[in-house]
Amino acid sequence: MPEFRTEEMLLNMGPQHPSTHGVIRFVVKTDGEVMSCAVPDVGYLHRSIEKISEQATYNGFMPWTDRVDYLAAMNCNVAYAMAVEKLAGIEIEKRGEYLRVISMELNRIVSHLLSVGSVGMDVGAYTPFIHALRDREKANDLIEELCGQRLTYNYARIGGVSFDMPVGWQAKVLAYLEDLELLMDEFNRLITGNKIFIKRLANVGVITPEDAIAYNLVGPNLRGSGIKYDLRKDEPYSVYPELDFEVPVGRGEMGTLGDCYDRFVVRIREMDQSISILRQCFAKIPAGEHLVKVPKKIRPPVGDVYIRTESTRGDMGVYLVSDGSDKPYRVKFRTGSFTAMSIVEKASRGLMVADLIAFIANLDIVAPEIDR
Amino acid sequence: MQQLADKLIQHCALLQGLPHELTYLLVEIVFGSLMLMLFVAPFAGIISWVERRVAARMMDRIGPNRVGPQGFLQWLADGVKSLLKEDIVPSSADSFLFRLAPYLVFAGMFMAFVSIPFTSRVIIADLNVGIFYIIAVTSLVVIGILMSGWASNNKFSLLGGMRSAAQIISYEIPAGLAILVVVLMSGSLSLQEIIKAQGAHPWNWFIFDNPFSFCSFFILFISSLAEGNRTPFDIPEAESELVSGYSTEYSGMRFVFFYFEEWANLYLIAAVGVTLFFGGWQIPPSVREWAVGVHFVLPHILEFATFFIKAMSLVFVIIWIRWTLPRLRVDQLMAMCWQYLIPLGFVMVLGTATWIVLFPQGVPLVRYVLFSGTLGLFGYFFYRVVFHLRYTKAELQFNPFV
Repeated sequence: MPEFRTEEMLLNMGPQHPSTHGVIRFVVKTDGEVMSCAVPDVGYLHRSIEKISEQATYNGFMPWTDRVDYLAAMNCNVAYAMAVEKLAGIEIEKRGEYLRVISMELNRIVSHLLSVGSVGMDVGAYTPFIHALRDREKANDLIEELCGQRLTYNYARIGGVSFDMPVGWQAKVLAYLEDLELLMDEFNRLITGNKIFIKRLANVGVITPEDAIAYNLVGPNLRGSGIKYDLRKDEPYSVYPELDFEVPVGRGEMGTLGDCYDRFVVRIREMDQSISILRQCFAKIPAGEHLVKVPKKIRPPVGDVYIRTESTRGDMGVYLVSDGSDKPYRVKFRTGSFTAMSIVEKASRGLMVADLIAFIANLDIVAPEIDR
Repeated sequence: MQQLADKLIQHCALLQGLPHELTYLLVEIVFGSLMLMLFVAPFAGIISWVERRVAARMMDRIGPNRVGPQGFLQWLADGVKSLLKEDIVPSSADSFLFRLAPYLVFAGMFMAFVSIPFTSRVIIADLNVGIFYIIAVTSLVVIGILMSGWASNNKFSLLGGMRSAAQIISYEIPAGLAILVVVLMSGSLSLQEIIKAQGAHPWNWFIFDNPFSFCSFFILFISSLAEGNRTPFDIPEAESELVSGYSTEYSGMRFVFFYFEEWANLYLIAAVGVTLFFGGWQIPPSVREWAVGVHFVLPHILEFATFFIKAMSLVFVIIWIRWTLPRLRVDQLMAMCWQYLIPLGFVMVLGTATWIVLFPQGVPLVRYVLFSGTLGLFGYFFYRVVFHLRYTKAELQFNPFV
């Protein structure tokens, strides 16, 4: 019998492809359906945000931080503001802190809803995606009432936040959270517990805890591998120490520890925690100024500072260097999506083409956050 | 059809000069095409509108509602738009095969409609090998899809085409086994004979005849979903993976042909299911007698309505499944077919054969139990739906006429 030989095919997935979530390119080597490896190629969405910072004043750079990760703009705003405040020695009031946490957690819900929805879509279930978007729209409406924007919020300011809560906003958010719990219950019945869905995600794209640390994964991707590491708990900032919440981690419920399903479930559970955090915040928020008085032109002393925050996609670091002028000398963002891309090549070995799509969607990669 | 031709020969002097075979052929071609064109073509369009509206309802959207009442004429607008689009043939594609493929897909589906019954008399050709013929000609579709995948000279199309070929060919086996169960019970391959072997009342349908035929229906249903490339088996055109699968490079009317096939195929799947397992056009004899007394066309209208309502219910279930479930991976799909459905199909064939030998007249009790069990299941389902609607606060839109 003659030997049956097959050839490897080079499949160019992206930069324009329906499921790369932005302009990312994967060079996929595949033998039929089974891939030997997928090499990510990033840089298609580079907008030099870090370089632009050197031309803008400290306050003027704030809108640019929205664009670093447009799905979690609030987190980027706050991370940058915290870096400047730490360098310039500005103390902000409790109310400002609470408003920041409220907006960040609302933003986390918005971002996770899109993430879990698009995982569903990428394995072929459209209805959960649309349902997630529907619920997300309501949260967007609330954020719009708060800061006037639906996507690029530009809400945080150096010294606090731009606006206080509108009258009656608190009741609206609490009502929404009540609705969201029910809607999430429906969502879970529709997709999270679906047999086919579990089969598609369980045991796929397994990232061992060792790998997760070695490849510098952060956020839900790291916690999905069973490592309980959340900056809100481990290096608390803002008012997080005053709040009581759990850090959900992957437990390998449906398959191996660190598979796609674990990461998916971690996001679902984080939303529940965000709901609880929001409720506590509204119960605890004190009266006071939302924005402290800061000079028009901020000139932090010469020096550098590194701030870490737990963004939606994990550890978001801001490294800020000041030369004493009114413009930053250097701003560097450390983002979760960029490091998440590094694991793709290793984890994709031996996966099928369809699995790669589920895997990438599951890493919750946002293209602008990779390239900045 | 033959009776129609005989009548025409009697009444039309021109046709009497021709040999009878030729007349039959002419009548078949003219009336057959007319029926296909007047029924299948609009039906495929309308089903696209139905699917979009139903999907929109499920997703809390509104769906197309601009063209015509409730957006009913959307399919005409889309069809006209597609006709006016540029027909692009990629420069590196195999031009001849690329152009040919949509016609094969189209022809395969249309040819299957030839032996689909509409009423007890209205059928284009009541072939004595009807169901076998349908299996045979729908295989043409897979050749068309494979051809389009290959000729597009696009790796995504190729993957889609290959997936489709593997999937459709595999799933023809369990489908064939499930059909064999019905053939065993009715003793005929002709679709009309199969329907005549069943009764008008649900407990006389083949699906409730015995536990094996009950399972066979689900095997057939799952397999036809897979053969029709419907979710959860829509891997050949998986949007998120393969862009659009085998139809990626197609545009304009050629692209529409593929989707036309898919939507018309919905009716085909449902019609075959209804014919084989749900009693087809059968109406109770008392109703038939009454209808014949009123007008000789009325029983046909009733039969058509019965068949159509049953088929549409199945179509709705297919659409419902599509917009609820995620899609399987290609290896899971194959494993499901070869590891579960095919062995199960063989068991059903053997079981039914044994059943027929043991109980040639059937067991009425089993029929009633199966029927009432299914009814109970439906009842429970509706209870749950009502329960959830009442006790969840989610804003749901019930008005279908937005």
